[in-house]
Amino acid sequence: MNRLAYIGFAIIAVIVVTAVFAPLFASWDAATVPDTALRLAPPSGTHWFGTDVLGYDVFSRVVYGARISLQVGVTVTIISAIFGMIIGAVAGFYGGFIDKFLSGYLFNVFLAFPGLLLAIALVAFLGAGLGKMILALCIIGWVGYARVMRGQVLKVREFDFVQAARALGASNLRILFIHILPNAIQPLIVQASLGMAGAVLSEASLSFLGLGIPPPTPSWGTMIEDARTTYTIAPHTLLFPGLAIALTVLAFNFIGDGLREYLDPKQRRR
Amino acid sequence: MCSASLQFTGDRHVKCTHCGTDVIVDPESQKSVEKKPFRPQADAIVALEDLKVHYRTSGGGMFSRKKAAVVRAVDGVTFDIKHGETLGLVGESGCGKSTLGKAILRLTNPTGGRVVYRGEDMTHLSASAMRENRRHLQMIFQDPYASLNPRMTVGDIIGEPIRTFRLTNGNSVTQMVQELMETVGLSRRFIKRYPHEFSGGQRQRIGIARALAVDPEFIVADEPISALDVSIQAQIMNLMEELQSEKNLTYLFISHDLRAVRHLSDRVAVMYLGKIVELAEGASIYEQPLHPYSQALISAVPVPDPEIEAKRERIILQGDVPSPINPPPGCHFHTRCPYAIDECKTRVPELVEIKPRHFAACIRISPEKPEIA
Repeated sequence: MNRLAYIGFAIIAVIVVTAVFAPLFASWDAATVPDTALRLAPPSGTHWFGTDVLGYDVFSRVVYGARISLQVGVTVTIISAIFGMIIGAVAGFYGGFIDKFLSGYLFNVFLAFPGLLLAIALVAFLGAGLGKMILALCIIGWVGYARVMRGQVLKVREFDFVQAARALGASNLRILFIHILPNAIQPLIVQASLGMAGAVLSEASLSFLGLGIPPPTPSWGTMIEDARTTYTIAPHTLLFPGLAIALTVLAFNFIGDGLREYLDPKQRRR
Repeated sequence: MCSASLQFTGDRHVKCTHCGTDVIVDPESQKSVEKKPFRPQADAIVALEDLKVHYRTSGGGMFSRKKAAVVRAVDGVTFDIKHGETLGLVGESGCGKSTLGKAILRLTNPTGGRVVYRGEDMTHLSASAMRENRRHLQMIFQDPYASLNPRMTVGDIIGEPIRTFRLTNGNSVTQMVQELMETVGLSRRFIKRYPHEFSGGQRQRIGIARALAVDPEFIVADEPISALDVSIQAQIMNLMEELQSEKNLTYLFISHDLRAVRHLSDRVAVMYLGKIVELAEGASIYEQPLHPYSQALISAVPVPDPEIEAKRERIILQGDVPSPINPPPGCHFHTRCPYAIDECKTRVPELVEIKPRHFAACIRISPEKPEIA
């Protein structure tokens, strides 16, 4: 695995620890109870990242914001990957009419919508909230995994060992889960780590548009939205949540690229 | 009439190219010659009757003018395999040998004709009914690197069919797997290893052990030695022979290695472009091939004596095997056959008995005149 991937893993490890042990590093009250006397204060010893327009402590909000970002990133990726995997595997394995309907029609319908636009429409329809946002992001996310999985299954199901299993009387389910899936799943792992970055970004975008987590719960996207009017006089209100998003996305992309290289021997350097 | 070299010059006319005599052939008198077409015998363990596997290629899509075509991979094959024998199936790459083998086991669904196993038509069995039959019909694959699941241990690979068919339970599965491993010449210590830790020959032994796990009667061996080193080929062939006499197995041995087929087979079928062109006992087909294609094929086998090898005459065929999409009409071989006449382009030859128990599909030979030239 290359060095960038290790850096990616290190950054993610730091973010995960921060999110899990958030109360050790920051106070929930400072993140959610406005201190109107101390608005737009620059970074200092007491407020490392300064305070924002309402007097929230930016550092505390960035720390607690990591919880939301990771929660959304991980759940969206896991749910849409599993769902996409099943649908894609069914399309590739059974072929024929089922495949024509799924990959020829359903996949294309979902791919035809601009992802974020569909998510916005869904959130507007379902209402704001963490669970609903996760649902909306899963609805736009699964099709990418399904497409990759279908292609993989189409390839692996022609391998001799699959034919051998069939000749030996193995059932369809057994062939699919024991013989095909374990040999088809590698590219999905790469896809999932890149998808994690996408989900974090989508969460930030939706929150930025006011369609995400309702205040006062801190989210990086909401923080940027709040900073939109103040960043000229207090740039730190924009800088720190922005940096947090950038670092997280970058780290997941490093991991994704590293995994791709690691799992694909053709790209592996000697 | 000297009958040295006859040329078919038109409807009912045959002209001798040597002396120029023109002979009118009476179709009625031709019919009086009794030609016995090949029919599978009743006691055969597996019989194929006019088996066809046609694939439809997909067209070029909505905006393409490319039309869907039909690939005739197996185009009307009739033969039988008797209990305890080895039937060798030879032919060039792409002639449909492997497809035929897979169609017998219903790994590819036949599109026409019948596969009969011990008197039962398997062609239309449901998937679950077919699963029961799979115990008796097994397959050994060509590529020992592709035919074993890389993520399963040897024990799991060989044990899978035992568990699927509940041939035994609990700890005795492991014991059975170990016995099978020793039967095929693998140490039972390797049971927890993965396929990539083995050499090609050892992997092929794993594949054979897996096929034997269900104690089958009939095994399709699809080019089981062509991916192996020559020294290993002999080992695997010997193992297959030993197992055959030990367990009274019946083999369909598919190969393009004519010497291996000669060594292992009791009877040999020669396949060209989806059809069987000749079927006879091994010795008879190798000593006196009747069909022009078999003659060319067998003349391609090198003789392990440099002096004879340098002197002997080889029949070199012109051109390549035509595509099984729209194969040539009439006899599929007429485009490359040195003896082709006009009638070959239209009449489809039937597999008929030319000599006792020696069948060939060529309109230019007959029981009266088995030699073509």
